[in-house]
Amino acid sequence: MEKNLFKFIFKYTRAQQIYIICVTALALPFYYSSLDIPKKIVNAALKIDDPMTTGDEFPRYFSVLGFDIIALDQLPLLFSLCALFLALELVKGGFKMYINIYKGRLGERMLRRVRYMLYARIMRFPLPHFRKVSTGELVPMITSEVEPLGGFIGDAFALPALQGGLLLTAIFYIFSQDPFMGAAAIALYPMQAYVIPKLQRKVNQLAKLRVKEVRGLAERMTETVQGVQEIHTHNTAHFHLSEFSERLGEVFNIRFQIYNKKFFIKFLNDFIAQLTPFFFFTVGGYLVIKGDLSLGSLVAVLATYKDLSPPWKELLNFYQQFQDVRIKYEQVIGQFEPPGMMAEEKQLAEPETIPSLKGELQANNLSLQDDDQVSIVSGVTARFKLDEHVAVVGSAGSGKEELLLLLARLVEPTGGRVSVEGADLGPLPEAVIGRRVGFVGQNAYCFSASLRNNILYGLKHRPVADPPPEIADPGERKRWLAEAVLTGNSRYDILADWVDYRAAGAEDSSGALVAALKAAQIADLTDDIYHFGLRGALDPQRQPDAAAKILEARMALSQRIQEPAYTNLVERFDRERYCNNATLAENLIFGSTVGKTFDVDRLAEHPHVLHVLDKVGLTDDILVKGHQLAATMIELFADLPSDHELFQRFSFISADDLPDYQALIGRVERDKLKQIKGPDRIRLLSLPFKLVPARHRLGLIDEAFQVRVLEARRVFHDELPENLRSAIEFFDATRYSAAATVQDNILFGKVAYGVAHAQEKVGALISEVIASHGLKDVVMAVGLEAEAGIGGSRLSVAQRQKIAIARNIVKQPDVLFISEATSALDSASQGRVMQNLRQAFKGRGLVWSLQRASFAKSFDRVLVMRNGAIVQQGRFDEVDAEDSAFRELSRAES
Amino acid sequence: MILQEDVDLLRNIPLFRNIDSSKLKLLAFTAERLTYRPGDALFSQGDQGDAAYIIVQGEADVVIETPSGPLIVATVKKNDFVGEIAILCDVPRTATVKAKSEVVTLRIAKDVFFQLVTQFPQISVELMRELAGRLERTNQKLQQAVGEIKRLSVNPT
Repeated sequence: MEKNLFKFIFKYTRAQQIYIICVTALALPFYYSSLDIPKKIVNAALKIDDPMTTGDEFPRYFSVLGFDIIALDQLPLLFSLCALFLALELVKGGFKMYINIYKGRLGERMLRRVRYMLYARIMRFPLPHFRKVSTGELVPMITSEVEPLGGFIGDAFALPALQGGLLLTAIFYIFSQDPFMGAAAIALYPMQAYVIPKLQRKVNQLAKLRVKEVRGLAERMTETVQGVQEIHTHNTAHFHLSEFSERLGEVFNIRFQIYNKKFFIKFLNDFIAQLTPFFFFTVGGYLVIKGDLSLGSLVAVLATYKDLSPPWKELLNFYQQFQDVRIKYEQVIGQFEPPGMMAEEKQLAEPETIPSLKGELQANNLSLQDDDQVSIVSGVTARFKLDEHVAVVGSAGSGKEELLLLLARLVEPTGGRVSVEGADLGPLPEAVIGRRVGFVGQNAYCFSASLRNNILYGLKHRPVADPPPEIADPGERKRWLAEAVLTGNSRYDILADWVDYRAAGAEDSSGALVAALKAAQIADLTDDIYHFGLRGALDPQRQPDAAAKILEARMALSQRIQEPAYTNLVERFDRERYCNNATLAENLIFGSTVGKTFDVDRLAEHPHVLHVLDKVGLTDDILVKGHQLAATMIELFADLPSDHELFQRFSFISADDLPDYQALIGRVERDKLKQIKGPDRIRLLSLPFKLVPARHRLGLIDEAFQVRVLEARRVFHDELPENLRSAIEFFDATRYSAAATVQDNILFGKVAYGVAHAQEKVGALISEVIASHGLKDVVMAVGLEAEAGIGGSRLSVAQRQKIAIARNIVKQPDVLFISEATSALDSASQGRVMQNLRQAFKGRGLVWSLQRASFAKSFDRVLVMRNGAIVQQGRFDEVDAEDSAFRELSRAES
Repeated sequence: MILQEDVDLLRNIPLFRNIDSSKLKLLAFTAERLTYRPGDALFSQGDQGDAAYIIVQGEADVVIETPSGPLIVATVKKNDFVGEIAILCDVPRTATVKAKSEVVTLRIAKDVFFQLVTQFPQISVELMRELAGRLERTNQKLQQAVGEIKRLSVNPT
């Protein structure tokens, strides 16, 4: 990217800038004539004929820009001039609007281009550079710091051209009137032109510092967010507050200095601007009194000088703004040019054919040094065939992780090269490396997308087909992308289908799904996906067959739970019975809620609920129970501090609300509950809704009460207003509920509280039923749609690692590098993954950096690393020699 | 109220007998009633202990794995407290407890118990008193046993 802001603007907007200047120039005559007209109206149309002068009487000439067009009498002249005035104002305003919009668009396009370029550069930073930059620094640079650029670019050339032109015209005019006065008018400009930049330079330095400090602020904040748990753990909030305060102080200080200097410059400018009139008045006045100059001439010169000053001020302002933007631009650009950045071509090139990597991989004298010239990998020379499985062993810090990064071409070596069959891999574009080479590291990252998209992520190199017309209007998309290309943005459509099925050995999207599931199986992810599937939702409209099968499974399960081994494990939903393992709210609503309409926390405020309770006469009962419950909770929890964990786990009343309830119970006696109103009423009424008789054992829900609730359930259902029907899917033994999870649909009831191992036993039973009804694929498909959350936050570390492995399997690389990528898995799972991968990569390259040397036994070849160098390599029995480095490693493990 | 039954149950346990009844109620509320079928294990030898159990109803066998197979060393019944060592310190279960008939227990989770103890020093004082008593009794038994051994080694019969 151009280091110089003007060069950058000129490179991309040359034609547009010239166009802006031309249009501005075109508007000038209109501008001037419109300024001229009021004068004409006064001087020509309204001026009374002076009988003393001849040749100036009506009809006078109607003239535009000094051209006499037609002679008119007084009134016609007045109206013509006024009409012309209005017309010119319209034209003038139109030009102004057009130019402003044009400039705005130009600026926004450039801003888009800059942001795109900067973002694209982040992806080309060498990996080790990310240890030095933080998201907190990068984000504000691309978002807020370049923002003023947009406003500036439209004016970058037009403003100096216009104002400079105006200034020159005015100077020229003054000189043509009186050279001496002209010289006097601009006499101080050289001084201003000399002093102001000097002062400005100091402001610039401060501005640079400010940009840096604000970035530091952003970095601190990111750190706080990421380390917030440590802050709580160690009570270090004061430390961080103080540190942040210090930074804010620095920013304040710099800002304050900038203000001092900036307003001093302004003061100086204004003062100098008034200095000239001062001279005019003193010298000119002296001359007038002495009779050497006529008063009229002095007034005329002063008037002209007034025209001179605005463009000059504008130019000075522009200069300051330009300096400000220039600094921000240069500060940002400097951060986006780390040494060793990948060439754009290498990342984005799209070769005709993607060659497979076959034969022998060779590392020659491969070395890597960090920024402090410390050797991390030194002079590694190794060779192995790309159908061999290679184990790399060594202690932590032996450089094995870095070696794999070098071999996988993720990190550029400081010396040596990696080649396949003699062909250097260094110059190959990412299009080849990224498709033919796989790498899984310890820090597996998952994107905020479904599991399916996370696994198929490795196939999304380029769009493979246009977006289907039903999700995007082709013409609209074409225009959309044309605008993107105009600013050097991506020409690929994000709405298109990006998954390269063929790379996964599949024909279409369903084939890719099969491939994804197979990869998941190899990565030991099947169980995880299955469980996500049980907890996921299925759309019965889109998959009616699957929903029907699930209903069959529900029937089968209802039979199975009657077997003696399963009695009392599940309480099925029954319209005519109170469910002792469900909350009062669930028993009342008797359905799955959609959305927040019938949120259990706000149930006592819902008009329909209140109506139902009133109708069956349950309101007072629930108030009494709420009162009892509140009293019990206060008795149990009042002694606990408000942040105690038991509160969250067991109390019906949150710690924050407890004092309110205490006051309430103290205020309202039990027999006066009927008169209770407002928030107090809602407070008491809302409490019992979360009661589960089987769990809470408070004896509050007796049989008589249950009967009344069943009555309320009927009324609730029958009288539910039409507009609320979509908020609930009632439990119906014969219908699939889209609002419930797959598991709940099969279970159609509640797992009983208080029966040992009920969850496990029922879980196993559900799995059995799913298997026997051929529903496993359905559950897996639902599971694949589960969301991973931001940064994979909904997944465990082990699940993330497994997804990263599956992602690398599905793209079918020629060689896969695995760098301790199973560290978070339990040992049984680790064993399975290793065995599966070894099997799946038979005939392809597999290089595995192992946590334990003993795992190396079955590999074709073993590399032993120590202090960044290979100290042993060969078959397992060759390296496993007496007193060898390998022996030492395996001994240290056992 | 069933909760009150549980409170009474807890009061019968020596470890808890001096604890304030409001705290016992909280303990009861946070405890869980669990039903086991005959043959179900409450916990198994070698597991990390995460809870203690009070037998509310039914009988359970305490089984120890020996090289010559499982050996029933005791049978616990109503009001017996099992697995309590686990909620006081981190040791693996020293025996398996298996339901002999249908068994109802009150399960006191270790983390909840600890939170109560750390919150209310009075509970820990009572606990200490109870444990010290046990230690004293154990010491006495030990002394007796040592005396017995000495006696036997002096006069081997």
